[in-house]
Amino acid sequence: MAELDRPGGSPAVPSDWTYAPAPESRDVVHLRDRYGLFIGGEWLEPSETYETISPATEEPLAVIGQASVADVDRAVVAARTAFADGWSSLPGSERAKYLFRIARILQERAREFAVLESLNGGKPIKESRDVDLPLAAAHFFYYAGWADKLEYAFPNRRPRPVGVAGQIIPWNFPLLMLAWKIAPALACGNTVVLKPAETTPLTALLFCDVLRQAELPAGVVNIVTGDGRTGAALVEHDGVDKIAFTGSTDVGKAIQRRLAGSGKKLTLELGGKAANIVFDDCALDQAVEGIVNGIYFNQGHVCCAGSRLLAQESIYEPLVEKLKRRLETLRVGDPLDKNTDVGAINSAMQLEKIRELVESGREEGAEIYQPPCRLPEKGYWFAPTVFTNVAQSYRIAQEEIFGPVLSVLTFRTPEEAIEKANNSPYGLSAGVWTEKGSRILWMAQRLRAGVVWANTFNRFDPSSPFGGYKESGFGREGGLHGLEPYLRFDE
Amino acid sequence: MAQAPVLPAGFELPLEPRLPRIGSVDAVALEERAGSLAKRSIKRDAKVFALRLAIRTTDLTTLEGADTPGKVAALCSKAMRPDPTDPSIPSCAAICVYPNLVPTARERLEGSGVHVAAVATGFPSGQYPTSIKVADVRSAVELGADEIDMVIDRGAFLSGRYAKVYDEVVRVKEACGEAHLKVILETGELGTYDNVRRATLLAIAGGADFVKTSTGKISPAATLPIALCMLEAVRDVYFETGRRVGFKAAGGIRQAKQAVQHLVVVHETLGPEWLTPELYRLGASSLLNDILMQLRKEKTGAYQSPDYFTLD
Repeated sequence: MAELDRPGGSPAVPSDWTYAPAPESRDVVHLRDRYGLFIGGEWLEPSETYETISPATEEPLAVIGQASVADVDRAVVAARTAFADGWSSLPGSERAKYLFRIARILQERAREFAVLESLNGGKPIKESRDVDLPLAAAHFFYYAGWADKLEYAFPNRRPRPVGVAGQIIPWNFPLLMLAWKIAPALACGNTVVLKPAETTPLTALLFCDVLRQAELPAGVVNIVTGDGRTGAALVEHDGVDKIAFTGSTDVGKAIQRRLAGSGKKLTLELGGKAANIVFDDCALDQAVEGIVNGIYFNQGHVCCAGSRLLAQESIYEPLVEKLKRRLETLRVGDPLDKNTDVGAINSAMQLEKIRELVESGREEGAEIYQPPCRLPEKGYWFAPTVFTNVAQSYRIAQEEIFGPVLSVLTFRTPEEAIEKANNSPYGLSAGVWTEKGSRILWMAQRLRAGVVWANTFNRFDPSSPFGGYKESGFGREGGLHGLEPYLRFDE
Repeated sequence: MAQAPVLPAGFELPLEPRLPRIGSVDAVALEERAGSLAKRSIKRDAKVFALRLAIRTTDLTTLEGADTPGKVAALCSKAMRPDPTDPSIPSCAAICVYPNLVPTARERLEGSGVHVAAVATGFPSGQYPTSIKVADVRSAVELGADEIDMVIDRGAFLSGRYAKVYDEVVRVKEACGEAHLKVILETGELGTYDNVRRATLLAIAGGADFVKTSTGKISPAATLPIALCMLEAVRDVYFETGRRVGFKAAGGIRQAKQAVQHLVVVHETLGPEWLTPELYRLGASSLLNDILMQLRKEKTGAYQSPDYFTLD
């Protein structure tokens, strides 16, 4: 690990200010020993089970059901029944009431959910508290507002619900992705079978409590836990009218192949390798913050993470110096500590994948920098990492790492920046850093990415559509666009 | 007399030739970063450390037309021994007063290690001829001030006459002699973070030992984003040239919690090296009692009545 040179020698540090641990209390969360499958408003015993753990300590948290093909069938039947028995014909204003109720309950129980999200997923509590929970609640509020206005959203097209939506969500934002999926589906009058990620089922299971509190009719939302087999059973079930999937590009492609010719609607939100493009006229210190937020937010477990930094050559050196110095101040550790900036890697499998790709970067000749930081012994951890001297052809510049690893490349002109940014099978997001407004617009027109952030990164809002180009998927979530995948039209 | 060139010499010097620019500041992102630093949770030992540091870096201030030798003498006693019941509490860094009260403070503080800072250069407006400002500084130094807090000419700055601002800093620095020079930008009047950054670099180029946010007469004063903006400029100068410039946050810091937030911003922007009275100051008056109250609470576990803390 490189030591940074401090000009003017290094005088004795006059004092050492170590922040005392400031852990958020776990007492607000009451975990059960085991969880069944939430089907038709009831908890059903699964035939098979597995254990879910805390990735920060590897401590087992609860026993979780592994839903079988038969269990998935039960869930789809429950959803179909609820759809036919009234949910689909309920006036929009009535559906909205349930969504508003869910949103308010999420706000009321925000602390409990935030702690559980960090416990089960490894993300810092400050992120689950300040990002995941407020945004999840905001999504329910937002789509509650649309529920009785669908006729106005799509005038003269007679919008009607699709039916039963099968939804499969990832482990990086467990509750937030649940909200992105469930809120528009219910607002449009569909019923849902949702499968949370294998490693992070707990907030989805706690959410079942919220559904009961909100007195949502039984069967409107069903939660089936399990691994890829459960997901496959859901995708293949004949009773499902629509599949919404967020996850890896490989699985997304497999789903698309399976569904070809089936007539089921499909939306996919897949991987990314976003370019964060920094021009020499940007506000440099704020760009550094944006780069850090772009790639180290949620340990880099973000599909739209700014994993490729494209720095204009004229500021390459000061930018990288500032970035390295900033990395030294990142606090890696206990996800429940309120001062933690970077938490635990979500699973042993993901850690292995990150290590493998980082190794490939070293072998291919990139220069690695990791700030000095002490990682906990137990659990899954990876220090924030920057690769410099990265060539466009390296695997770390092409493949999605999904970890706290940044690859730095350079460019000379705006044209070259566009060429490099678009030279990727992915196209989910991009960032542009410049003080020049006209250049932002010029870039945004040419970047083949679903989201282009200007002088910011990883900023989300329920009213703003989100989705990809190319192998990053299709279909939009959020905003008015996010309603469309859950509606049929007379045309 | 230093003759200021059209483009002030030194203005561009702190930055490498390949980075020939002052740089700009993005307001949204700056405020976001300051906001996230304000959420650091500083508890127990870390809190006690911060509170004691806050006292050690405080410039205990009184800048009223009604200031008298009696009032300043009382404040000096407070600065030397903030809590008479607890000798372990450190002294403040300095007393900050108008020039006329410097002799009283000097006499009271003799041998205590607490410095005497005087505001000068037509404080707080700075709307006086340069010759008067220089004379103001000379007399304050002659009266015994070992630190001078000058104000920049905001009128000149806002009308784009940067050379005049620079020239005044250079001449005041000359007039200071051995005394340390703190340059007050009065950020509440500068309007944008870009201006704050620009003025910070201008003051540093002119020879400031410290850059300081505000006079305390204008609101908003030392907000966290302003502090962060100025500290980032100080950091750029340090890493480009190795020169260490101090920073003083003054105005509007009344609660211990705010002081801790300010210290966090310094700590995470410039590192532990800056956590010393030589490079960091908090200008405040009512802040001190809140800090003492918090320290007493950390010691005894309970908040004491304000009646147990002296009003000076």
